[in-house]
Amino acid sequence: MLNNILGFLAESPALNSYESISTTTVGSGGSSSISFTSIPSTYKHLQIRAIAKSTGAATQGDLTLNSDTGNNYAWHQLFGSGATAGADASTSRANIVGAASLVNSSIASVFSASIIDILDYTNTNKYKTLRYLVGQDENGSGVISLNSGLWMNTAAISTITITARSNSIAQYSSFALYGIKG
Amino acid sequence: MPSTYDKLATYTASGTPSSYTFSSIASTYTDLVLIVSAANPTNDSGLLIRFNGDTASNYSDTSLYGNGSSAVSFRATSATGMNAGRTDTGISTNIVNVQNYANTTTYKTAISRGNDSALVITTVGLWRSTAAINSITVYDQNGRNFNNGSTFNLYGIKAA
Repeated sequence: MLNNILGFLAESPALNSYESISTTTVGSGGSSSISFTSIPSTYKHLQIRAIAKSTGAATQGDLTLNSDTGNNYAWHQLFGSGATAGADASTSRANIVGAASLVNSSIASVFSASIIDILDYTNTNKYKTLRYLVGQDENGSGVISLNSGLWMNTAAISTITITARSNSIAQYSSFALYGIKG
Repeated sequence: MPSTYDKLATYTASGTPSSYTFSSIASTYTDLVLIVSAANPTNDSGLLIRFNGDTASNYSDTSLYGNGSSAVSFRATSATGMNAGRTDTGISTNIVNVQNYANTTTYKTAISRGNDSALVITTVGLWRSTAAINSITVYDQNGRNFNNGSTFNLYGIKAA
């Protein structure tokens, strides 16, 4: 049984226990946000795997769930920027910070990578927890971070939106949503 | 529904190889996941990877590790291989995610997590090439051989 979410050695997964649900690739001109909507409730966990870039200056792609833009989120981070290792956090905020890192458009051909795990996303007895690994390297600059996010809502997740904090998400950025059966 | 997460190749070291190469990687997936559980006979060391046999200075990475007393970040630039984890005299565990490996528009970014007996580490690496990845070579940073029984597993993930 696949256990990639917990970072353990992955065994060969049982057939169809890890399924592709939907993929969004940003087209010409960019997009202010991407969304996965009408997410089926038939899985146990979700995973988003992405590469991303900005149409302008470097910025963050912040995540919201079920179109909730109220101050119902919290976030914690451990990061390394080459010279500095540090931590950051924010509570009672309107989104989860930096689920995608949008690389400066002037840095040719470099996209960030994200792997976002959303555990037990349909469980209506608990708040929803995300864990995500995000980073980009630009050969002399860049950052890697390990993040956790909390949505203080017991509703099943049916929509996930990632929105550029400034500028837009650039062409060729790609976000793939997978479902993992329990 | 077609399978999404496929085992592409697996290798268990018989003897003490200095490296291992996954070759002829199909371009039909979206991401690759490399899982290495390796040991060396000497002490803790870095695990590095190269793509498509490229030994030029086309790699760089940014890492973050914790060793029980400190959190530390470091960087490598214009390197001849990409940091992808750790090896040690005991078995270390490393998971490397290579995103959009067959995309011929972008440089290739990989995110990895690993550990040895002394630390836990995560790294983002860049290969400055737009070529689709068709081979991955795994080797020790200090030129040490891998112990007999070290395992190397490659998976492909296919997006809809």
